[in-house]
Amino acid sequence: MKQNDSYEEFIKGIWRDNPVFVQVLGMCPMLAVTNSAVNAIAMGLATFFVLVGSSFLVSSFRNWIPKQVRISCFIIIIATFVTVADYTLLALVPKVHKELGAFIPLIVANCMILGRQEAFSSRYPVRLAVMDAIGMAGGFLLALFSLGAIREILGDGALFGIDLFGENFEPWIIMILPPGGFLTLGVILLFFNWFRFKKDEFLADVAAAERGGN
Amino acid sequence: MNAPAPSSLRLVLTLAIAGLISGIAIIGIYESTLPTITANKARELREAVFKVLPGISEMQQLVYRDGGLVATEERRKDEQAVYGGYDREGDFVGYAIPAAGPGFQDTIGLLYGFTPQQKRVVGMEVLESRETPGLGDKIYKDAEFVGSFSALSIDPNIVAVKKGTSAKPNEIDAITGATISSKAVVRIINEAHAEWSKRLPPAGAEPPLGETDPVGTGGSP
Repeated sequence: MKQNDSYEEFIKGIWRDNPVFVQVLGMCPMLAVTNSAVNAIAMGLATFFVLVGSSFLVSSFRNWIPKQVRISCFIIIIATFVTVADYTLLALVPKVHKELGAFIPLIVANCMILGRQEAFSSRYPVRLAVMDAIGMAGGFLLALFSLGAIREILGDGALFGIDLFGENFEPWIIMILPPGGFLTLGVILLFFNWFRFKKDEFLADVAAAERGGN
Repeated sequence: MNAPAPSSLRLVLTLAIAGLISGIAIIGIYESTLPTITANKARELREAVFKVLPGISEMQQLVYRDGGLVATEERRKDEQAVYGGYDREGDFVGYAIPAAGPGFQDTIGLLYGFTPQQKRVVGMEVLESRETPGLGDKIYKDAEFVGSFSALSIDPNIVAVKKGTSAKPNEIDAITGATISSKAVVRIINEAHAEWSKRLPPAGAEPPLGETDPVGTGGSP
């Protein structure tokens, strides 16, 4: 019963199966809108809303949707939530909506969302599906925020628009331009892989030591 | 799969119902956010007009129709409009003229204030731009550049020159590192000015402040 624990479903999206750093999904919004922490968080929250809402509906209706048309149904559900998010952002925070521009409607095409519906929500009960969605969307939000914060600090000398280093800081402009997204993401992926490598090495060492001890 | 394939009718019905529910949800969210979105846009425009025409206390939309300016709220899609700014006594101060044109990456949309008496540009506000962050976006983030449009002669037009070399009243300093974007702003204003100076009435013959409700304060139509 271990693998159906809802805490387990939640935490795997945040760290072990992080959609961005481990599964490397949803790269398009990841690279495009993380030039400031605020934009990254807005995109992360919009995706969060869409993913959790869609997972809830897909899981609730999973026994009614014939499998021949399931992908079309998933897309209709996702697209509806995206439209709702789009208009809500436009009404509440027009400035952020302007910055994110075309990338809000493009949440529809975020393969992470469709991937979760197909791989998880359409096979598991509502509670687990929602926990899985919250975990995955939370992991996505965290990843977007870390990239956005690093790029804003280096490229603009600020965080959330608040100046950090004063007058003498020379902004590293490339960090808020598209290449900065690739550079930052590359370094973070390097760290994640190095970490996994070290962990495997450590586990192998422990196993070897145990064998030797016996 | 072992389960028998569902009939085509069931597939069609499932999709039709999903589409119907989705459509209703989208109409719902569109209808419920539309008033806020319209109000936001009107407020943004109003704030921009007050910014580019310092010292005004009233504004009204002036539509270019049949070779003259008409103070009206109604505007057809193919008609162009400017905004007239008036001071506390209701006297005409200047026009806020919307203009757009290609920038470095995409269309730049802006609004500039123009006083026909002195033939001066008195303010400039970028409404829409996708210029490079950190470089081209200085056309609205660089206070010095935006400020240089606050008392600029536009007779016969504006000239952007290398930073620190502006001497004549119609010259402005281009932004270092954003020469193309700053020249684009100047070109957009010059083109709009050339277009509108043929249409605007002679100085002193501007339409008076009408009885119509000023733009942005009225209820939704």
